[in-house]
Amino acid sequence: MRYSAFKIFREGLTGNKGWTPAWRDPEPKPEYDIVIIGGGGHGLATAYYLAKEFGLRNVAVLEKGWIGSGNVGRNTTIIRSNYLLPGNEPFYEMSLKLWEGLEQDFNYNAMVSQRSILNLIHSDAQRDAFVRRANAMFLAGADAELADADQLRAELPFLDFDNARFPIKGGLFQRRGGTVRHDAVAWGYARGADARGVDIIQNCEVTGFDIENGKCRGVETTRGAIRARKVAVCVAGSSGRVMALAGMRLPIESHVLQAFVTEGLKPVLPGVITFGAGHFYVSQSDKGGLVFGGDIDGYNSYAQRGNLPVVEDVAEGGMAIMPMIGRARLLRNWGGIMDMSMDGSPFIDRTHIDGLYFNGGWCYGGFKATPASGMCYAHLLARDAPHPVATEMRLDRFARGHLIDEKGMGNQPNLH
Amino acid sequence: MIIHHPLLGPRDAAEFVYLGDAALIDRPDWQAENAAEAFHAYGYLRDNPAGVHQELWYHEQGDRSWLVVTRNTVNHEISRVELARDVARARGRGR
Amino acid sequence: MSQVNRIKGGLIDRSTEISFSFNGKAMQGHPGDTLASALLANGQRLVGRSFKYHRPRGIFTAGSEEPNALVELRKGAAQEPNTRATVAELFDGLEARSQNHRGSLEFDLMAVTDLLSPFLSAGFYYKTFMWPRAFWEKLYEPAIRASAGLGQLSMEEDPDCYDKGYLHCDLLVIGAGPAGLMAARTAARAGVRVILADEDFVMGGRLNAETLEVDGMPGADWAATVVAELAAMENVRLMPRSTVYGAYDHGIYGMLERCTDHLAFSGGKPRQVLWRVYSRHAVLAAGATERPIAFGNNDRPGVMLAGAVRAYANRWGVAPGRRVAVFTNNDDGWRSAADLVAKGVEVPAVIDTRDAPAVCDVHGARHIRGAAVMDTKGRKGLRQISLIDGQMIDVDCLAVSGGWNPNVHLTCHQRGRPEWRDDLAAFVPGRDLPPGMVVAGAANGAMTLAAALRDGVAVTERLGYTDTGDLPRAEDEPRDGAPIWHVSQSRARAWLDLQNDVTVKDVKQAHQEGFRSVEHLKRYTTLGMATDQGKTANIPALAVMAECTGKTIPETGTTIFRPPYTPVPIGALAGRARGRDFRPYRLTPSHRWAEANGATFVEVGNWLRAQWFAREGEQGWRDSVDREVLMTRRSVGICDVTTLGKIDIQGRDAGEFLNRVYCNGFATLAVGRVRYGLMLREDGIAYDDGTTARMGEHHYVMTTTTANAVTVFRRLEFARQCLWPDLDVHLISTTDGWAQFAVAGPNARNLLRKVVDKAHDLSNEAFPFMGCGEVTVCGGMPARLFRISFSGELAYEVAVPARFGNAMMGVLMEAGREFDAVPYGTEALGVMRIEKGHAAGNELNGQTTAHNLGMGRMVSRKKDCIGNVLSHRPELLREDAVKLVGFRPVNRDTGLIAGSHFIGQGDAVMMDNDQGWMSSVAYSPSLGHSIGLGFLKRGDARLGEILRAVSPVHGREMEVEVVPAHFIDPEGERLRG
Repeated sequence: MRYSAFKIFREGLTGNKGWTPAWRDPEPKPEYDIVIIGGGGHGLATAYYLAKEFGLRNVAVLEKGWIGSGNVGRNTTIIRSNYLLPGNEPFYEMSLKLWEGLEQDFNYNAMVSQRSILNLIHSDAQRDAFVRRANAMFLAGADAELADADQLRAELPFLDFDNARFPIKGGLFQRRGGTVRHDAVAWGYARGADARGVDIIQNCEVTGFDIENGKCRGVETTRGAIRARKVAVCVAGSSGRVMALAGMRLPIESHVLQAFVTEGLKPVLPGVITFGAGHFYVSQSDKGGLVFGGDIDGYNSYAQRGNLPVVEDVAEGGMAIMPMIGRARLLRNWGGIMDMSMDGSPFIDRTHIDGLYFNGGWCYGGFKATPASGMCYAHLLARDAPHPVATEMRLDRFARGHLIDEKGMGNQPNLH
Repeated sequence: MIIHHPLLGPRDAAEFVYLGDAALIDRPDWQAENAAEAFHAYGYLRDNPAGVHQELWYHEQGDRSWLVVTRNTVNHEISRVELARDVARARGRGR
Repeated sequence: MSQVNRIKGGLIDRSTEISFSFNGKAMQGHPGDTLASALLANGQRLVGRSFKYHRPRGIFTAGSEEPNALVELRKGAAQEPNTRATVAELFDGLEARSQNHRGSLEFDLMAVTDLLSPFLSAGFYYKTFMWPRAFWEKLYEPAIRASAGLGQLSMEEDPDCYDKGYLHCDLLVIGAGPAGLMAARTAARAGVRVILADEDFVMGGRLNAETLEVDGMPGADWAATVVAELAAMENVRLMPRSTVYGAYDHGIYGMLERCTDHLAFSGGKPRQVLWRVYSRHAVLAAGATERPIAFGNNDRPGVMLAGAVRAYANRWGVAPGRRVAVFTNNDDGWRSAADLVAKGVEVPAVIDTRDAPAVCDVHGARHIRGAAVMDTKGRKGLRQISLIDGQMIDVDCLAVSGGWNPNVHLTCHQRGRPEWRDDLAAFVPGRDLPPGMVVAGAANGAMTLAAALRDGVAVTERLGYTDTGDLPRAEDEPRDGAPIWHVSQSRARAWLDLQNDVTVKDVKQAHQEGFRSVEHLKRYTTLGMATDQGKTANIPALAVMAECTGKTIPETGTTIFRPPYTPVPIGALAGRARGRDFRPYRLTPSHRWAEANGATFVEVGNWLRAQWFAREGEQGWRDSVDREVLMTRRSVGICDVTTLGKIDIQGRDAGEFLNRVYCNGFATLAVGRVRYGLMLREDGIAYDDGTTARMGEHHYVMTTTTANAVTVFRRLEFARQCLWPDLDVHLISTTDGWAQFAVAGPNARNLLRKVVDKAHDLSNEAFPFMGCGEVTVCGGMPARLFRISFSGELAYEVAVPARFGNAMMGVLMEAGREFDAVPYGTEALGVMRIEKGHAAGNELNGQTTAHNLGMGRMVSRKKDCIGNVLSHRPELLREDAVKLVGFRPVNRDTGLIAGSHFIGQGDAVMMDNDQGWMSSVAYSPSLGHSIGLGFLKRGDARLGEILRAVSPVHGREMEVEVVPAHFIDPEGERLRG
């Protein structure tokens, strides 16, 4: 079924009786060419691009619960490509370009809204670093714009320019950055993949791998064994748990990141704003809630919930840069489990087990990467060679010493 | 969270700084044959269990003890807290 | 006259009349009223508009679960959006306004969306607005955003202040209804520390809203006596107006106390206090929330929950209508009818979905059995209801009861899952409660008064707190019911989520489209996402979904709840940490001197440091900085460098310890000597640098960078305690203990000779470059002297106990008067270090190695040190790695740009041709042109090469020449002089 204004109009006149399921609910087949473990954004995007770009349709996506129940459904919806390092920036810029055409591509309005993202600058050294980054973005074909304090004051008069502990000295805009309706991304990819023949199998938990002589032949699941030529793990947040079933240790720790939304408000924020001297970033959803977040709680956790100190720290950051939000009320606060990697950057790679592939380590930046991650993983699975923009996202990079450490925090995951 | 410091009693976790897996105590021998491999595993690979986890916390806003806290990463229950120095010695570390 | 719906009774003070306004209209009420009860008393039924369809809405509940009656309170900067009128205490002068309409509340232009509702069904926006692509951001989205949202922020700084605090107790009782009161009394009499918190401003919970009796007295009176007993006990803290909103790990609860929201002015007191409650045990006695039944047009002003209707009558002496029908599927709904009739309100009918005898006698009311309300009329207020059998009844209020849901919210905050109880047709707390928490009363499924009282005692006794007193006498009122969730015969839209406009049809459509898991349902339809978090909507919607799937409700799913229980202002979560108090200031010891001498300050981490010292006549900061550099290099300058981390290291193994934490060797450092040290992280990346002085046989003083002072110390403690626990070495941070000043320039020695006591020989021979020692200054004051130089000049750093720091600055300046000594700030410090080619924060950014910094040879292969092994990984030592070198503009008039990238002549400006970046630049007054440091591929082998430094973000590029990083005195003659 193709969605359109006309379709809505016709359905509206006939009592909305004609809508059909957005995706089927198939029984798992005994064998697939490719089994993707994880029905999150990245897994569904991978299936979509496998079918659409590489013509591989004998594919299943196995999801333990309901699709989109992981981080694609619990993030702060920001998209951007304001990275520094050559191992990252071209990848994220490709992702942003894919976002720009996504809705027309998969016929689903995911509300891609290029409202801009602004990183505030509070010191000269920070400006130097942002200039370097902005120029790296240009070198990769992305957009970036420096603003001084006067320009920001004109554009965002509600920021605290006069009484701030860390004065706002300027900012780095990426005007093409913005937000996306996160759940819709999962649904749009699922619908698109399903329409092309991919089986999306919910409530199907993988309980083991069928590995023989160093070759992965399939998976054991709560709905029976499924054989596959290739098994693609795509379960960021649970990577440690799932890969342990294959006997692998990873350069990843699981951490909880909390996110927050306020009650609905009439429009106050034009785009995404990031505090440069504390842990706070915020945007306003189309429904009017201020969606914000900050730092991870900082300890290993699989609990999908956090604790008060970080809640307070984030609120302090918010009040420090925009004290007008004091009377806005926090409505809901949730936690997601992040694959925090050892250099803050992800992996899209084969494993040492033949036929077993791994995608993970997205830290708290996986959402914006969804399209490119899907595209690059599909490329790897289809061609057995990394996509040109994902050549560095290898599991062996630490052994080689090829780090992709945007923040320079080193091998301590909770600092990235 | 509340961490029961072996010397100071119950303290709010906000007084502490978290480092990571207590396996970081087991720093390899730099002269070993496989030192490069061993340091790679030490520096980069983690068990990352969903369940009981031994981990290092530093009482920065307190007595500056490093502690080994045994905590469940699924429900955050803490079952044991020890001085890291004692653990290190028990694991054979000395000079 | 104005309080047309005021009836007898209630817990309000009729002797005092207070005035308030709604949408500018003056109204009256009494102390004890909420805004909602006062609005109803004044006959104001229409109070707001719904989120999506802008439907007229009235007051639906009498508590914090309110989905409809959201208003803006106060004005100016204090404007407060989205406040539930049902929990806002009335005060004299209160100004309230309705929200979310264009035009007046009565004639909302946006109500046109209601007419279009067939085209705006669940998820419609996912299926359209895609063409043309550019229209989403320019047209569709702005229109959607403008109509969405609810109340408005003032856009001004929140004028109130907020506090935070910690509370500790043995038992936290959450909710002061019958179960909570008994739990608190039991534990209090057992002598333990009890905190009793309730979100309401009057304790007693439903007892205040019912006509039930306890121990032979009205429930509200009984509650008041228990509260009075508790108030008199020293081990009890009563906290009304306090919402326990979250249950966190290890018995820590978040609680918001509203201190001045019920006052016209806070009078400088904190508006609210965020309490972190540390409790051994907690009794959750949060009661239950009534749920509606969905039927056609069940959202009109006048359709209310039955329990709320009688709460208004009993507690506030307000009749929500003149003719009130009751629609119920359970016994409890009958109580509303009986209570209203007792208050003289006309009740024309009790419509019970059950074909069963009357529960009680309701005078004047027809009992319509086995019936249901199918539709309603009255656009801006209910006028008439029609039943499934076609009867129509004229009413202006309909009290609806679909049963009660235990308030299990806090039991879910640590991901506990509620369990379904068929006999209650409701979810009750599951088994995996937050550790230390027990649940009592209606929250635990003990739905009658007597049961709640018993339960409150029983759960508290199970925690080990016992009281031998008698259980209060009360009855188990009838609570039978037969669940019905929606009236299937209704053809009109039947609302489930009132605020977000989610109807039964939307849930059915979600099912039809495959959004069948509860979470998909919520996310697709926005069910339960509104400010009330679906407190009255979620379970009925789940039931409709269960009906669609043919499964039971528990098979279909459950909804779990996340903090906060009710919304918490961001201002309260932030407390005092805002504005300039966001983080503490650390001031340098000479801060007062600097303030008095024209310093401009700059934030450096939490420090505030002098950036430069402007003199009269200087046109801008560059004038000051250039002068400070030139005067220092010409004669002498003084800079407070206290912010550098200082770590005192002592013990027999201190030298060995240093040898392991620095990559370069420290084993051979002699007493009285200082050495530069480079520290790596264990992953082999350069981490921090500084100098370490050997003050004695077993005594060293380390300095770190300002930025890493705390973390270096932490890492050293890690190495000491966890890696080498038997080394005899002890550490203490003395950053704040010693004030330290750099005295730099050709006259540095001459100046110091006037300050350091004569007994100490400062000659180059006795106190050479990289020497150190304990000295006395100013006639006997202990001090430390280090001959180290960041500026490249003959320089010392002199340290005195911090409390003398401010005086010492004055002494140094006074002694330097004859040399025209200048104080210099961080800018001049930065210029001089770039002139000298020293790496600083921009170079030691956590991404660079010793190899990159040109210090690769410092990493000794002969010893172990932190980071040694991993620093030798092949790709970190690539032959084409970037190297730190200097740059100068080919055109000397050009200013270099930090952050520009290096591109070869003739190469395209793209990532593949990126050869490195400029990390630091400065205008060198000594050389008269701009200079820079940067990282360039194979930089050390390319001296003299001309490159392009491009900064596309500035739209600029310039030619630069690669030069050695030492711009001044490359041989180091000055500092050894």
